[in-house]
Amino acid sequence: MPDQLTDAVILGGNRIPFGKAGGAYADASNQAMLTSTLDGLVARFGLAGERVGEVAAGAVLKHARDFNLTREAVLGSALAATTPAYDLQQACGTGLETVIQVANKIRLGQVDSGVAGGVDSASDAPIAVGEGLRKALLGASRARTPLARAKALAAVRPGDLAPETPRNAEPRTGLSMGEHQALTAREWGITREAQDELAAASHHQLAAAWDSGFFDDLATGFLRLSRDEGLRPDTSVDKLAGLSPVFGKGEGATMTAGNSTPLSDGAALVLLGSPQWAAEHRLPALARFVDAEVAAVDYVSGDEGLLMAPAYAVPRLLARQGLTLDDIDRFEIHEAFASTVLATLAAWESEEFCTGRLGLDGPLGTVDRSRLNVHGSSLAAGHPFAATGGRIVATLAKMLHDLGPGSRGLISVCAAGGQGVVAILEGC
Amino acid sequence: MADLMQLLTTNPLAKQLGVPQATRLRRGRELPSGPVAVGAVGGGTLALRTLELLGVPTRAALVDRPETRVTETTDDGRTREVPEAYPDSLGALVIDATGATSIADLEVVRGLLRPAMKGLERSGRVVVLGVEPETAGAPTAVATQQALEGIVRSVGKELRGGATANLVRVDLLTAEPTAPAELASTLLFLLHGRSAYVSGQVLHVGHGAGDPRVEEVLADRPFEGRVVVVTGAGRGIGAGIARTLARDGALVVAVDVPAGGQGLADVANSIGGTALQLDITAPDAGARIAAHVAQRFGDMGRIHAIVHNAGITRDRLLANTDEERWGSVLEVNLAAQIRINQVLLDAELPGGLDGGGRIVGVASTSGIAGNRGQANYAASKAGVIGLVRAMGADPRLAERGITVNAVAPGFIETEMTGRMPVATREVARRINSLQQGGRPVDVAETIGYLADPASSAVTGEVLRVCGQSQIGA
Repeated sequence: MPDQLTDAVILGGNRIPFGKAGGAYADASNQAMLTSTLDGLVARFGLAGERVGEVAAGAVLKHARDFNLTREAVLGSALAATTPAYDLQQACGTGLETVIQVANKIRLGQVDSGVAGGVDSASDAPIAVGEGLRKALLGASRARTPLARAKALAAVRPGDLAPETPRNAEPRTGLSMGEHQALTAREWGITREAQDELAAASHHQLAAAWDSGFFDDLATGFLRLSRDEGLRPDTSVDKLAGLSPVFGKGEGATMTAGNSTPLSDGAALVLLGSPQWAAEHRLPALARFVDAEVAAVDYVSGDEGLLMAPAYAVPRLLARQGLTLDDIDRFEIHEAFASTVLATLAAWESEEFCTGRLGLDGPLGTVDRSRLNVHGSSLAAGHPFAATGGRIVATLAKMLHDLGPGSRGLISVCAAGGQGVVAILEGC
Repeated sequence: MADLMQLLTTNPLAKQLGVPQATRLRRGRELPSGPVAVGAVGGGTLALRTLELLGVPTRAALVDRPETRVTETTDDGRTREVPEAYPDSLGALVIDATGATSIADLEVVRGLLRPAMKGLERSGRVVVLGVEPETAGAPTAVATQQALEGIVRSVGKELRGGATANLVRVDLLTAEPTAPAELASTLLFLLHGRSAYVSGQVLHVGHGAGDPRVEEVLADRPFEGRVVVVTGAGRGIGAGIARTLARDGALVVAVDVPAGGQGLADVANSIGGTALQLDITAPDAGARIAAHVAQRFGDMGRIHAIVHNAGITRDRLLANTDEERWGSVLEVNLAAQIRINQVLLDAELPGGLDGGGRIVGVASTSGIAGNRGQANYAASKAGVIGLVRAMGADPRLAERGITVNAVAPGFIETEMTGRMPVATREVARRINSLQQGGRPVDVAETIGYLADPASSAVTGEVLRVCGQSQIGA
């Protein structure tokens, strides 16, 4: 083990355009999407036949057969079959958590390079059998005689035959993520107009980035998509204002399909390496991985909003790095819902929250909106859960590289289970 | 339907029914299996010296004269005079007609050709060597040299069984004559299976900067360690070009539009190259290609060859063609490569085109013949021909040993032509001397020949890869 930590640098990334659930990738499996994304990355960096340190990826909605999803994708890819791989899962934080994991291993010298990211399909979601049927089938498989087997199967009731599909709901509260967020939006007084403005900006900025060729070396077309399927370049605050609320109840309901992320399909990966590995492969470093923090909140008791954990993680990370919000040149705050971003910003501006909840002397500060999600985010791109972290890391690394050495970027991703994964990158 | 037509043209029963059968062509770096016969008109020696340099064994060609004919008895008992026959199938006939100056010399050419017409093996070769007619001097000599073209083009149409005929014009009567080492790569290409789908063509080999070494000419992997950029490499002919050049040692930078998708990654990964997603019409396209090369191959990394293969069609009768349909085709197929060349030809630019570098364009028989509904496409492809001729004549490029050439593919079997209506496709396949469509590899091999470091004396040429298609011939 080296005495000194080495740097971990981000060298680039690849994602496929994100599809709408039931859309272009309706029949694509997680493995197919992840493999294609990996092959695109390998081709971009000329790594065919090479062994990289490891590939870490994950999926939130996962079939039982995909227990070794990432390793299977590696075996199906142009990478050397001797490249190790593993799956990791932290809900919507999966993609960013894999980057943290691989970066940490590189920093420790355990690997010299790695690929990190994730994939998700809301279209090709697993369907499980009901608990009654499952127990009966397991009982029948344990039975030693035909009679015992018949007896076990006889326990099945018609109601047990209904399949269980994955639900976008928190197991401990029964509320969907949107319903949780509606509570938070109301608590922070986030207006419909502010949410629609953020959503419109996300679409316009992402469309501009595609138009300018920003994604030429960050994305590879897949099936019939060459751009994100849910992207609406011509949307406007007026158009968004016409949509009916879908989360929350009554007068105060502000969250619509327009200012909430749609269910999506897609995959995204990031290539990381030590500076030495990068130099040996003649790959310029885009950004250095600086540090990361994960926070969790008690949303079950109602003490805090489900998606508010990043509001806690970011101040802790900034404090550890001796930085303030003003030191950050680019903010990438995952748009689970427009109101999630706005509630997080409001919290950091709130003296009450920052002193009471964070133990600071005063408000954390204000995020310069011109530095926020400048090439759009999940509202426009879509949000295939585990793919979002990879999308953001590669996008931010390229932006920071364009800004120049020493520029700083902050990533914040909220996740189911009341967790928040955040990280800081520095431009090279 | 495609399969039905394939069945009809390859099934033995179909042959008995009189459906013309496509010969399976010899391809790759393979010489003909039979002997190579050499004959000369007027004392030319360049062909023989070049074949000796290449180490290709030769035999003297038979010459048909009245006194050499033999009497043959036909099945119905009648007798007739026939030319003396070669004892074994002939692999190729090479005629050095560089010394032909009179009409009487053309009779010798006939005498050399006649025994070979039925004596060639499958995918045999006829190569005639002449000089540029305008350098031949007296009007009769010019006429004689021009006559060779008529002979070769007719022979190409008469040969069967995948055999081809081509005319190579060299500089002999000029201040800088073509050396055997300079002719070698061309002669070898025309004898090899690499030229499977090139027939009835006339091409000029001049004098380049420095004679290639024979090991260079004979190298199986002429691009070893050299960077080659191929645009439009994600599919079809472009993928074939990338694969073929990689097979021959090239470090391929495979370029295609970002929207192209998986195809590009699959091609790049299968040949150990790199994928560069790029819209070639972007103003900074040339700079981005150079930056990619400089970055991936170091400060010393330069491009040996760029193949401008990317192209689009926006077919519509001219009566229905607006400025968008017109402009987009000219932009992608012509303007983009002009801009990219300008950038890469900067000798100081890291990752630019190397001295002794190669630029290869892709024209089309449509550019030569025009095509109904393709005025925009034909304009762009004819433009490529003009571009190549102009750059090929540029002394500043010649000084740096840079050659500029193009191929003009005819009907090539690709996913795109596979979607043509059956009848149209079958006509297109058949309307050439080889009576079949070409393959992407045929275009790729021809590009490989033009991009070969040993092809330094070939510049400003547009070589058709069309099986001697009637279109635009």
